[in-house]
Amino acid sequence: MDNSDKLKNSFKQIRHLTVVIVVFFMAMATILLYFLIDPNLSSFKSNTKKITPNEYEIISELDEADYDKIENGIHVRTGFIEDDGLMLVVNNCTNCHSAKLVTQNRMSKERWLATIRWMQETQNLWDLGKNEEVIVNYLATNYAPSKKGRRQNLTDIEWYELEE
Amino acid sequence: MQRRKFLKRGSLVTLAAALGTEIVFGKNIIKGYQILGLQDPDPFKLFKKDPQMVVLNDKPWNMEAQAHLLDDKVTPNKFMFIRNNGKIPPNINIANWKIIFDGESIKTKKTYTLEELKSKFKQHTYQLTLECGGNGRSEFDPPAKGNQWTVGAVACAEWTGVRLRDVLEDIGYKQDAVYIGYHAADTHLSGDPGKEPISRGVPMAKALQDETLLAFKMNGEDIPLAHGYPLRLIAGGWPASASGKWLNGISIRNKVHDGTKMTGTAYRVPCETVAPGEKVKDEDMCIIESMPVKSLITYPKSGAVLNNKKNLTIRGHAWAGELQVKSMEYSIDFGSTWQKCTLEVPKNRLAWQHFSAEISFPKKGYYEVWARAMDSNNRKQPMILPGWNPKGYLNNACHRIAVKVS
Repeated sequence: MDNSDKLKNSFKQIRHLTVVIVVFFMAMATILLYFLIDPNLSSFKSNTKKITPNEYEIISELDEADYDKIENGIHVRTGFIEDDGLMLVVNNCTNCHSAKLVTQNRMSKERWLATIRWMQETQNLWDLGKNEEVIVNYLATNYAPSKKGRRQNLTDIEWYELEE
Repeated sequence: MQRRKFLKRGSLVTLAAALGTEIVFGKNIIKGYQILGLQDPDPFKLFKKDPQMVVLNDKPWNMEAQAHLLDDKVTPNKFMFIRNNGKIPPNINIANWKIIFDGESIKTKKTYTLEELKSKFKQHTYQLTLECGGNGRSEFDPPAKGNQWTVGAVACAEWTGVRLRDVLEDIGYKQDAVYIGYHAADTHLSGDPGKEPISRGVPMAKALQDETLLAFKMNGEDIPLAHGYPLRLIAGGWPASASGKWLNGISIRNKVHDGTKMTGTAYRVPCETVAPGEKVKDEDMCIIESMPVKSLITYPKSGAVLNNKKNLTIRGHAWAGELQVKSMEYSIDFGSTWQKCTLEVPKNRLAWQHFSAEISFPKKGYYEVWARAMDSNNRKQPMILPGWNPKGYLNNACHRIAVKVS
């Protein structure tokens, strides 16, 4: 074997080594990246229903400009009525539960306040400070009870012809 | 804001799982940008529910049926109401699923895997009526706080599992046992890991009934996720909150279980009747046990117009908590006169019963068909709202539908 062949062989070995090193590092990088994204390796576990909490929660992903859009007096993202204190209510009352839990209820000022106290005592709601009065007034004004009596008329009947 | 960040990260995991591959540089996906397919989560698709189901709340999930959707003799998943108190548990691994039995009145603490429950004990199947204690809440005046259920928070599915009694006898419990309380894998809305969203239970007498199951199948299939997959306690005829979902623990207590939503005013009514709107002290509130007698007209849907005919077939279901429904009647003249319906016996104890009737209307006009059931203790449904209570439970007022003969 002459010198030039030896040189060629050395280059060959260096090239192979380089390829091996590059492939090795790329593989490591891929694995590391995967760990960053999926630290629990959940996609490799069999017998596991692949469920993450977000699948079962609605994520509002409106454009930033439309995020607090109001249409016909309704805050579109939450369904709240537009009035003084709206954003305080949005920011304090929809962190834990849906706005729907508020908008489907009707209470007097006293009972809205009692509900806030109950949430503070048992549900980890924070102290609302001077915002409390604004929030309670907003709720008592826009979500006040109306008289229903002992039994109401049937309403919103959708008439249709019954074929038999 | 923290939550949104968290959800963003979570969605990468989901995406990776869904696509079966990692998303390189996933963390760099621009804020506000959503990969197609994940936009607009649709609860009806998510939980395989019929689009006519009504969403009352999306955090936590609460969804109810309408009367005409409940026409099936055995309620399929797509028409079954959802009442969740916390967040649905993520990452359910049935291979590792365990249920821990403990409490003051247990002889020795014991744990079973799902497989052990299935293989060690005889399996039983029953049709069992589950109704939310607050079904009908929306009609109370003054209004009661909470999800404003109308009529659709009730269902009767077929549940398969092992008897809680068989398991309790296998473990061994002391003579002083009075109550069992359940624990589950759902998480509190506030995110506080120290809080249980709900941990209710039943007295030993109910726990030991034949029909009280540790169920792992609903209508012959794995229990759907929203209804408690992979294991649910089923105590038919009682407020459905006694039937704990995502079950991972049972405590045998030497006193009335004092878990979340067992105390205060939750699932309780005044021990003595009160005037509408009256304040009631916590100590004067009593735990709801059996649900009251009730019925639903499931066919036809309210709003039927009969053109050139005066005959109508109605049908529906009736149930009475721990009791059986003894008779069923209907009225087309606002309760002046009542006619008998045909009433079937229940498939098994605690299953709802099916009724039907042929109505002949005397002349043209607007009618309401009212239905009224009577239980085996001769108690009938009231036509107006029953006793007001602060939390709006147990509204078993007669159901009615509107019919026009023209």
